[in-house]
Amino acid sequence: MNDYNFAYLDEQTKRMIRRAILKGLAIPGYQVPFASREMPMPYGWGTGGVQVSAAVLTPDDTFKVIDQGADDTTNAVSIRRFFEKTAGVSVTEATADATVIQTRHRIPEEPLREDQILVYQVPIPEPLRFLEPSEIETRKMHSLEEYGLMHVKLYEDISQHGAIATAYAYPVKVEGRYVMDPSPIPKFDNPKLEMDAIQLFGAGREQRIYAIPPHTQVVSLDFDDHPFEPTKADHACDICGAEDSYLDELIVDDQGGRMFMCSDTDYCNGRRAAGNAGTQSIPMEATE
Amino acid sequence: MSVAALEGGFRDGPIDAAHAFRAVMNAMARPGQIQSVAGVRPPAPLSVAAGVVVLTLCDPDTPIYLTPSYDTPAVRDWITFHTGAPLAAPGQAAFALGPWDELPIGEFSIGTPEYPDRSATLIVEMPKLANEGCVLTGPGIKDETFLGLPDPSAFQTNALIFPLGLDFLFTCGDRLAGLPRSTKVS
Repeated sequence: MNDYNFAYLDEQTKRMIRRAILKGLAIPGYQVPFASREMPMPYGWGTGGVQVSAAVLTPDDTFKVIDQGADDTTNAVSIRRFFEKTAGVSVTEATADATVIQTRHRIPEEPLREDQILVYQVPIPEPLRFLEPSEIETRKMHSLEEYGLMHVKLYEDISQHGAIATAYAYPVKVEGRYVMDPSPIPKFDNPKLEMDAIQLFGAGREQRIYAIPPHTQVVSLDFDDHPFEPTKADHACDICGAEDSYLDELIVDDQGGRMFMCSDTDYCNGRRAAGNAGTQSIPMEATE
Repeated sequence: MSVAALEGGFRDGPIDAAHAFRAVMNAMARPGQIQSVAGVRPPAPLSVAAGVVVLTLCDPDTPIYLTPSYDTPAVRDWITFHTGAPLAAPGQAAFALGPWDELPIGEFSIGTPEYPDRSATLIVEMPKLANEGCVLTGPGIKDETFLGLPDPSAFQTNALIFPLGLDFLFTCGDRLAGLPRSTKVS
């Protein structure tokens, strides 16, 4: 612990990130440039989220990290250990016990509270980037509120596929002003973007921070005749039986066998502990 | 520089600043909600809360403007020693510090259409901070909240030019509240 400054980053870097976070909160959905640092992990492994977490953590926090909903993947485990070591924070896998949650591509199923902070890892923060490669142009489009191109893209989805085919990183408009990439969360999670907790987004490689304050209006883009629809696999969780959670599809053998289970592992475990069961679950006692 | 300028900073910088930032972030994310901070003993007339904000957010990268009654040798020395922030005219300042009636509101940077974040944050010292008076609505506020503000029309004008505009932190004693440009005041 004494080998590092608290939460790894030096104080001047943290102040720079903190100022960017405050401007992000003041202008919801706007991407604030920041001087992203090299972190002891490669780009694409959550360096943006890690820097934001380092700037907001205090020693009193309880930290949780999820990767596609799971607490036990390599990425989640290593980031959790990183802050255990450099910030001395306590860690948890229980959503309700955490005060700061860093996430890659999911929002926990359990609604978040006022006293919690959700930090997203973002690969490409610019929602218009795949439509317009120039940063100068996309900056201008945001400043002029010129989002026609995004609607053309969604329209082309409809004309080709009969429906809006975007299933993740589904663009949203924040407080009626900025179009924002909610990071590659499934569109099932989009309605949860209006929540009681503070949401912070960090893109390390792209050097951007943005934010959604609590109780902020977040609207998924759509058309009157093709309204936004949050979708999930039409199935119940085979482990806990939940019908309201986002599911991962698992291939279980080479005979075409498959099963569905909650992507949010803490939610699934909580339901199992409460006595719920799915069609393929092993009784709790047998797993211990 | 007097010896007094060397004293009154954070005792444990990284930890104290982390706690202070959480309070400031909560203030900015939840406009009108009053937060308490501690950890510094700034020279008069600086309030504890204003001192905490300056030490948490200011450094050599952030020019700061002091209003006439705050532009004293004691305050200048304290801020310079603890943060290294250069003193600047309102137009160049990233932060400004002082009572409301001394702040030249029209002279601060409000950002550019491409980069609205390049705008000043004003730390306004208040004689009193209370959840009564003006009605606040907008991001960060469930339904509505109340905050006593010095000149409501200035904040209405500021909100009208969103996404450009100034962001405010109101300080009084050891308490502070935030008012970003996104908040509508009535």
